[in-house]
Amino acid sequence: MKQSLASAAVLLLSLMSVASAQDPQSFDRVEKGRYLSVLGDCAGCHTAQGGQPFAGGLALDTPFGKLVAPNITPDRDTGIGNMTDDEFVAALHDGRGRNGKRLYPAMPYPAYTRMSRDDILAMRSYFKTIQPVNNAVESNQLPFPFNIRLAMAFWNWLNFTPGRFQPNPQKSAEWNRGAYLVEGPAHCGTCHTPKTALGGDKTATPLAGATLQGWFAPNITANTHNGIGGWSKDDLVAYLKTGANQYTLASGPMSEAVTHSTSQMTDEDLAAIATYLKDSGVPSDGAKPTPVAASDKVMRVGEAVYKDSCAACHKDNGSGELHLFPKLAGSALVQSNDPTTLAHVVLNGARAASTAGAPTAPAMPSFDWRLKDDQVAAVLTYIRNTWGNAAAPVPASAVATKRTSQARFD
Amino acid sequence: MARKLPRKDVVIVGLGWTGSILAYEMAKQGLDVVAVERGPWRDTATDFPPGYAQDELRYGVRLDLFLRPDQETLTVRNNMSQTAQPIRRFSGFLPGNGVGGAGVHWNGQTWRFLPNDFNLRTHLSERYGADKIPADMTIQDWPVTYDELEPYYDRFEKLAGISGKAGNLKGVKQAGGNPFEGWRSSEYPTPPLKQNYGSALFAEAAKKLGYSPFPRPSGNISEAYTNPLGIRMGQCTYCGFCERFGCGNYAKASAQTCVLPALMRLPNFTAQTDSEVTRINLDSTGKRATGVTYVDTSGEEWEQPADIVLVCAFSLFNVRLMLLSGIGKPYDPVSGKGVVGRNYAYQTTSGVSMILKDKILNSFIATGSGGMMIDEFNGDNFDHKDLGFFGGGYMGSGQTGARPITTRPVPKGTPRWGAEWKKATAETYSSGFGISTHGSSYSYRDCYLDLDPTFKDRFGRPLMRMTFDFKDNEIKMSQFLTDRLAEIARALDPVEMTASPRKGPWNSTIYQTTHNTGGTVMGSDPETSVVNRYCQSWDVPNVFVPGGASVFPQNHGYNPTGTVGALAYWTADAIKDRYLKNPGPLV
Amino acid sequence: MPWEAGTATPPIPVRPGPWIFFNADEAASIEAIVDRLIPPDDRGPGGKEAGCAVYLDRQLAGPYGTGAGLYLRPPFMPNAPATFGYQSPEQPAARYRTGLAALADYIKSNFSGKVFRDLTPVDQDKVLSGLEKGSIALKGVNSASFFTLMLSGTQEGFFADPIYGGNRDMAGWKLLGFPGARYDYRDWVDRHNEKYPLPPVSIMGRSDWTVKD
Repeated sequence: MKQSLASAAVLLLSLMSVASAQDPQSFDRVEKGRYLSVLGDCAGCHTAQGGQPFAGGLALDTPFGKLVAPNITPDRDTGIGNMTDDEFVAALHDGRGRNGKRLYPAMPYPAYTRMSRDDILAMRSYFKTIQPVNNAVESNQLPFPFNIRLAMAFWNWLNFTPGRFQPNPQKSAEWNRGAYLVEGPAHCGTCHTPKTALGGDKTATPLAGATLQGWFAPNITANTHNGIGGWSKDDLVAYLKTGANQYTLASGPMSEAVTHSTSQMTDEDLAAIATYLKDSGVPSDGAKPTPVAASDKVMRVGEAVYKDSCAACHKDNGSGELHLFPKLAGSALVQSNDPTTLAHVVLNGARAASTAGAPTAPAMPSFDWRLKDDQVAAVLTYIRNTWGNAAAPVPASAVATKRTSQARFD
Repeated sequence: MARKLPRKDVVIVGLGWTGSILAYEMAKQGLDVVAVERGPWRDTATDFPPGYAQDELRYGVRLDLFLRPDQETLTVRNNMSQTAQPIRRFSGFLPGNGVGGAGVHWNGQTWRFLPNDFNLRTHLSERYGADKIPADMTIQDWPVTYDELEPYYDRFEKLAGISGKAGNLKGVKQAGGNPFEGWRSSEYPTPPLKQNYGSALFAEAAKKLGYSPFPRPSGNISEAYTNPLGIRMGQCTYCGFCERFGCGNYAKASAQTCVLPALMRLPNFTAQTDSEVTRINLDSTGKRATGVTYVDTSGEEWEQPADIVLVCAFSLFNVRLMLLSGIGKPYDPVSGKGVVGRNYAYQTTSGVSMILKDKILNSFIATGSGGMMIDEFNGDNFDHKDLGFFGGGYMGSGQTGARPITTRPVPKGTPRWGAEWKKATAETYSSGFGISTHGSSYSYRDCYLDLDPTFKDRFGRPLMRMTFDFKDNEIKMSQFLTDRLAEIARALDPVEMTASPRKGPWNSTIYQTTHNTGGTVMGSDPETSVVNRYCQSWDVPNVFVPGGASVFPQNHGYNPTGTVGALAYWTADAIKDRYLKNPGPLV
Repeated sequence: MPWEAGTATPPIPVRPGPWIFFNADEAASIEAIVDRLIPPDDRGPGGKEAGCAVYLDRQLAGPYGTGAGLYLRPPFMPNAPATFGYQSPEQPAARYRTGLAALADYIKSNFSGKVFRDLTPVDQDKVLSGLEKGSIALKGVNSASFFTLMLSGTQEGFFADPIYGGNRDMAGWKLLGFPGARYDYRDWVDRHNEKYPLPPVSIMGRSDWTVKD
């Protein structure tokens, strides 16, 4: 008797899920789509600052020029109200817009192609429910020759492998869920995977770190030296959920990703992502660089600048302060091969993410007015080679290219 | 003609300590809240980062974070027979400006008043006889008791992460704390700060004389702390740039470090900065406020309708806004009738400076609220029977730094300039030491605030006029306190010392403190108070003055911010638990 | 929390170069005056070498000179009690201009046509003392308050951050043993009666920040 009751419950559940699949506008279906749009951080690009949700308008600076994210509200004139479901799926799976028009990969279809058709249709259900906004957006503001969409055919041939996510049966369900999220909707590789000269993913080294929009998106594989190998699963979950953990705080583009996307993911999905990332990439082979000698002239200058400019927050021993001032000692980002983010933050400052779990959102002040290029380079070289850290020295020329505001020096 | 904005549930005038606390508490209730702030948005990393927060000329001398007198000032005189003159440059006291208000550049000294302070007139009458209170002294009991406020003191201290050592936990005396303080329901949120050399020497000397020195409760906190709003504060670095400066590393309690990060996340809260409220608007009955009118920096005038108006500006400007808006009857010192502007009070401070023998004090290593204090001579902690005065204050070490433009001790008789000055300045800097008293200022019939008949602000509205002087009672009190302090100084065996008890007349050009109190005092009787025990206007019940020091009936021997913060929470609870359920007079 | 890169308002360091506010005669006088107010000796440079005149020049040319932000509405009642604060419409730039001119006149007529710079140090000090005590009357100028204005300005320049043109090489701070624009004494607060060892640092750094020799 008990057994048949249980079976009935299962039957009822499966009937319901069939029902919801058949009713694209059921609450569950729309809610699933909403959550997927959070996983995909659609609002991150398609909502302009201060603008209507998903009405487009956020300009993306790519190495090839400017692209503006289009209006994806159901407005029939300027949004996607006239799109069919198949066209919607084609956009995400194949990078094809209406009438077969090729999209630019600033739209992360090389990642979304891993998503299931069902998930994409759920998102479509959600987007049908949002407020239509009449807002015409000129997406393609690229200069010649990149403004020729046909060029994307060639690009896709080189860089784009369409196809759904294939689970790895050797791994746990959690691992596979994490892999699906990272490779698919959450499109982590769009920022974190190194790019070819044409902006395609270097597929041999996924998630090993890349430079974009003036920031270095660090290596998020399990590499212990410059990846997140030193972080526990809980550290990773805390970081994605709150934007802060015992080592650091999210800033720059990741602060936005945390605010709009990862902080709103379920704990199960965050754990899945952490499980997958902890098992990704190549763990450190132990070939850690030799630190620059403390007696080096540049290191001594760096130490003086650090003592006088940085220690009040990050402390003499580089330990920082939990949830306020990132820890520099042992930090993978500090020791990453590409010091772009370090130079960016020292010169321009940065605001940490504000989340329910870590609302403080402290900001690093800018020092471009105070430090010359060689002084920034010296202090970065110092923090990369002190307290057990070891990384290549930062040349002053690398700082010069990062300077965005006019320094008040002669 | 003002352009009318969409209605809000609550409009708050000023986004400092009380404004931000009330905004958070109201918005958490789901109310639509806007705070209109006269000054700019201020943020740690952009307005006072560790790279230039410690610029003494800019912040300490040119007063970069303070209100500019051309925006608002007031006129001052010592007595009613004089013609008041405008403060053309603030120097005797320094009102703040901008988001965070004076909380941005305060020292962080965070005290509670004594239980007896709250029933001052009754207490003194019972102990010494009502006839002993001078006839013109208009002190009165608070309409709240210490016991009622204790949970709110506790709440504010936890918000701000205050560092200290309890002296009285639920009635049980605690070694190392202030044995005279009222009972506390819990220990301070963070342990006491470390003490620099001068403070350690003071504590030793005070102990030798039989006193019980304790660390001053401090809003510059001793270790990193997460407050109940989830906001994280940093650890004080003893940089010696608190007073007049913003804190660069999140270690000083302020709206910025304790409230705004959580407040700004609430979608039903808006901060309208660089906009000066010019009046609270009343309906035709004059018994209900309809909102406020403000002017932005382009000169455009806006009307912000709201159901509740919370007056959260600096205490003096609360009084002026009430006067300019015609809420409550202005005080007339001749007839003693009227209430708005009545019982203005200040603070009676004094000091002893000395030069110590062979000591390297490194006094630049300091915080705004470090130091070791004694409380034997505060309030009515000591017998006033044959002293000829009432009141008292705490005293102790606690120089807030040794910033060199303003702090350069020299021996007596040193010329102001030249070779001898230079030699003396160099030789004394590391061994000069100042200690001080911080005393009460009781209220008097002829110490009050009203509108000036002559001087106008940039909008053509009259400036407020302050009529104030130190009275015999306060001068005697200061002499007594300074004598006790000098005894401790002598125990330090200084090379030389100078005691400077407070003397009249009050001098608006010498910085003493920015503890200006009274003018919209709280009380149980509408004949002698502007707001009731819930800081609600007697006359216009949808206007509250939630805890600015303007509600103090007189000023006691402690810094006001702890009590201001407690009253802010007290008022917030009264609005939440009583007023919203049944809008109207709460008393 | 609102925040944008590049919205900081750091101080703009004074640039060396010609006088901006003072004319040549005024500059010569003021350099001589600041060097008597803070004379050079074996403890370190005097006011002139430390840049106090440059400091005053730049301050007077800026918002301080015009009393920007102060309440300057009439009526002015200069004879109000001093405890009510300065009650005159003249702001520092105008006060220096008329004060230095009146001082030059005084010296010209009392020291056989000379200018302040050419007086002996003893005479210079005598004149300054006379101003300080108010025993020298300058035409149309309250000499004692003019003296106080110059003295406080000179000392401000000597002890303010070097970015403002005075306190050159942190001479004023070195004289005192003040470590300057430091922001972290956590390791030193309870090291009692020990001399703090690190040199002063300006808002724009110190010599140890120099990479190239």
